[in-house]
Amino acid sequence: MSMPFYVSPEQLMQDKAEYARKGIARGKSIVALEYDKGIVLVAENPSRLSKIGEIYDRIAFAGVGKFSEFDQLRKIGVRFADVRGYAYSREDVRGKALANAYSQAIGDVFTRELKPLEVEVIVAEVGDPRLAGHEESLMFRVTFDGSISDHRGYTTIGGGVDALETYLRDRYKSGLPLGDAVRMGRDALVAASNGSAPIAPERLEVCTLDRERVGRKFRRAGAEELRAILG
Amino acid sequence: MLIRGRYQGSSFFELLETEHPELRPAPRLAGSDAGAALASVPHGTTVLAFRFADGVVVAGDRLATEGHRVAARDLQKVFPTDSHSLIAIAGAAGPAIEMARMLRIELEHYEKIEGEPLELEGKANKLSQMVRANLPAAMQGLVVVPLFAGYDPRRRIGRLWKYDVTGGRYEETEYDASGSGGLYARESVKKAWQPGLAREEALRIAVQALADAADEDRATGGVDLGRGIFPLVCLCTATGVEEVGRETIERVYREQVVVARTRAGA
Repeated sequence: MSMPFYVSPEQLMQDKAEYARKGIARGKSIVALEYDKGIVLVAENPSRLSKIGEIYDRIAFAGVGKFSEFDQLRKIGVRFADVRGYAYSREDVRGKALANAYSQAIGDVFTRELKPLEVEVIVAEVGDPRLAGHEESLMFRVTFDGSISDHRGYTTIGGGVDALETYLRDRYKSGLPLGDAVRMGRDALVAASNGSAPIAPERLEVCTLDRERVGRKFRRAGAEELRAILG
Repeated sequence: MLIRGRYQGSSFFELLETEHPELRPAPRLAGSDAGAALASVPHGTTVLAFRFADGVVVAGDRLATEGHRVAARDLQKVFPTDSHSLIAIAGAAGPAIEMARMLRIELEHYEKIEGEPLELEGKANKLSQMVRANLPAAMQGLVVVPLFAGYDPRRRIGRLWKYDVTGGRYEETEYDASGSGGLYARESVKKAWQPGLAREEALRIAVQALADAADEDRATGGVDLGRGIFPLVCLCTATGVEEVGRETIERVYREQVVVARTRAGA
């Protein structure tokens, strides 16, 4: 009878984290920024498989890493939100609860399963000063081990997080108009990937949570619209 | 579709059936007491829909009745289900409103999961399945017979469907009405309807038809000037669903319907 090799928990977790980080670093990063009318999410994505999606009236999702894994998380989020909104009220569907649920689920896989999820996600909820109790915009980042963090102004996910944060820390200011916010997001993505030429509009995926819209705030910008926004 | 025991499809209705049966609408009623309890639930009365030049008009009165009593004077019976479709409900108000709400969530859920909306025909078919699922409740008196209408961007026309209790779905190319005053509303629309109606003319026909239904059917609510309650009229065109403002309805009612009637009686 052969004895299994002893592997220390530290080593095991480190290996898993390294594996997940490698998987995530293979893909492009995503940045979410608050602008004067809401939140905009910007990703470099030449394919037609979306990385950003609508979860509920005021909530959006963005994921990086392995497509099949984060898209599954996106669908779970839609189901979670719709069931909650059906059982209670539409205003009871909150980004914080969803981000916590993601944190639990992703953390659970990280500790229990052999292979961790190679994903990082953003949950963004647009606030509206006219709605009591929903005034502030919220942005949460959940990483591959289930760590959750709360961000103001902007947040980023993906392999290039450090470079993105460095780029945005000095340049970002609140109250940007949409065009400036999208350009800043795009330029941050360029800087993070050590590129020099700006990314063409066809290669960008840009979605907004615009608080001025009636009902569902989520909107995907088409190529034409994006060209107009970028000027 | 189940993977590792979890529902993986794109239907909210099926998601509730498989994973949250406690939240499922139309509970399976049993026992002989059910009939007596159900006799007194509020019922919605008259709704109508017809095509006009730019799309489709959907309208409904505001009254809900419990037997011979008024249950509500300002019930909403026309609901937008997404940016380009509407449902109008008649029958037992509770399950009917629930069905309208469920259809809206269903269409939105599909759009979010799949990344693109259903075709108008697909939406109409989905409602058919919901009406069919309500059949056991309908057998015990909770009948729901909706109208579904919307703008078909591919064919560039407004389209409308009526349903029967078994979920039977019938597309109407011109007009239809449902509910206790539906017959009168339908006759009224029939006399005035023609292809390619202009917007203003369409509004007049809708308000007129509901006034006619209220005149003949005691369960249909007419215009209540004292309380300021008017029928709800919605238009669905290429630009989307639009609820016609109360002031417009009041103007159409006063200028077209009241004037025509007064002259006839004088």
